[in-house]
Amino acid sequence: MIENVVQLPLAVGEDLVIQKNRIGSGGKRLCVVTGTHGDELEGQYVAWRLAGILNEHPEHLQGTVDLYPALNPLGISTMTRGIPLCDLDMNRTFPGSEGGSMSEYVAAKLIQDLSGADVCVDIHASNVFLREIPQVRINEDTAQRLVPLAQRLNMDLIWIHGAATVLESTLAHSLNALGTPTLVVEMGIGLRLTRTYGDQLLRGLLSLMAHLGMWTAPVMPVAPPLVSSDGSVSFVNAARSGIFIPAVDHAAHVERDQTLGVVADPLTGETLETLKSPASGLLFTLREYPVVYEGSLIARILGGGL
Amino acid sequence: MREEILFQVDTPYRHAQPVKGWYFGTPGEKSLAVMGALRGNEIQQMYICARLIRALEKLEKDGLLAEDCGILVVPCANQVSMNVGRRFWAADNTDINRMFPGYDQGESTQRIAARVFDALQGYRYGVHLTSFYLAGDLLPHVRIMETGYQQGEEALAFGLPYVLLRTPQPYDTTTLNYNWQIWETQAFSLYTHETECIDPADARQAVDAILRFLAVQGLSRQKVLAPAVPPVLFREGELHSVISAAGGLLLPVRWPGDRVRPGDVLGEIVDPCTCTVLETLRADCSGQVFFLHHAQLISGHEVAFRILPEG
Repeated sequence: MIENVVQLPLAVGEDLVIQKNRIGSGGKRLCVVTGTHGDELEGQYVAWRLAGILNEHPEHLQGTVDLYPALNPLGISTMTRGIPLCDLDMNRTFPGSEGGSMSEYVAAKLIQDLSGADVCVDIHASNVFLREIPQVRINEDTAQRLVPLAQRLNMDLIWIHGAATVLESTLAHSLNALGTPTLVVEMGIGLRLTRTYGDQLLRGLLSLMAHLGMWTAPVMPVAPPLVSSDGSVSFVNAARSGIFIPAVDHAAHVERDQTLGVVADPLTGETLETLKSPASGLLFTLREYPVVYEGSLIARILGGGL
Repeated sequence: MREEILFQVDTPYRHAQPVKGWYFGTPGEKSLAVMGALRGNEIQQMYICARLIRALEKLEKDGLLAEDCGILVVPCANQVSMNVGRRFWAADNTDINRMFPGYDQGESTQRIAARVFDALQGYRYGVHLTSFYLAGDLLPHVRIMETGYQQGEEALAFGLPYVLLRTPQPYDTTTLNYNWQIWETQAFSLYTHETECIDPADARQAVDAILRFLAVQGLSRQKVLAPAVPPVLFREGELHSVISAAGGLLLPVRWPGDRVRPGDVLGEIVDPCTCTVLETLRADCSGQVFFLHHAQLISGHEVAFRILPEG
């Protein structure tokens, strides 16, 4: 059943409508949300496929699945990462406020609607700059509760962040603070769909539902993910501005001191910087967008840590 | 007066862009730091700093700065975005004022925030000339975050009509103001009417406020007049928000500074194609209009007006 979670009039003959699709009824409730950032589309494929499977096999569903494909519909429809009207990052507006501005009100209504779920999965797709392997990101404060759930999601990596690096104004932080277990998935890249990653997460969502007693059909086994803390992740940032030309493939195993790519100056033909891996391990993040500024993130490597 | 390059921002396909600071007073003394534009559309904030630099140059030349006074003014740290007409960081649309205290090994805006913060560190007082996240016109005021370290009474020294105390929300914790306070600088955000347009009268008021603050704190010997009306200190939660229910064109009839009584019409929201009145917005208390939604288009559930109640 399609429901309007938020409906507000826009200025000229249009409503802002945030919808959810409630499939099933009663029992445990799983919320799958995506589309908070209008340039992250990987979750659209997952929502479509999950809705299709649940519609096709209602006999296996024991409980309620709420699908929210587009928390930021104006952003998705206009290829805008933030909320187009106010240029705010929606994932920095939670928990919001009913008496606040429109963006704060929307955030508060979404929190109201989502809180109380047995599990919430918040699907993101990196951004337009970086490609990510399928992973779950968890705040260390909630790791004990969330890691056992995240292990069901069939992701390649669970990255447990230090509490100091966690942004308090995100949807996941707000829901977890309210006692609604919320897992943040990051995979793929902005403005694109990566079907293999989507299918991988879909299998994980069904596995999680089976684990929660919400899905009675047989599910495929999921591979155990790597579980990592901040200490085992190395970052590579550009020191120079220019054009990044990679020398490695995403998701490859790299050796310490292996060249990851160069920052080049197309005007002079000069190589401004050669970027090397600070550790041996899995290259789980790699820059796709070539234009880099000083500081632009180039890669993350699981293994070692600096 | 000493003009220094605080740091350079390296940019692809453009020249390295210097972020400059202007120092006044005794070298090594760290009395007051003033930060202007961190966003590319904060033209008025940069202009206020430019006028302040002229005023401080004269004060220094006339020997009116105290011996233990040292001042730094940074008019703009984001010409990379300003020169291409973008509010946020032109490369990835991130907001430098959501990156503090910064991280010198992190992403571009984290690095810029770290370098700005490094330059602004250690000052006794900090003033950030900044713009409001909602597009609107508001009464000039000083805003302070209630971090537990704030000293709200000191803000009265600016002589602006209002001092607003704000309880920090999660998204405030990465602003310059919040982090300045955590690092033991008494931080004040100074809000004026304009952002993208230059308003000389508005700028003069802001410069006068900062010069008054210096005099009251004993950092200058300039003679300043007492404000005509004693400043009012209040908490943001005291403001009454008038929220729109309809979407359409907002036609205000009351403006920031106007006094209103309960039931007074503040404005109308009309159908953008027929001018049919969709909603009449009224005051729900006696007080002064403090904020007016700026854009002529308005959506439902938007803050159209804010009123500061009397008393």
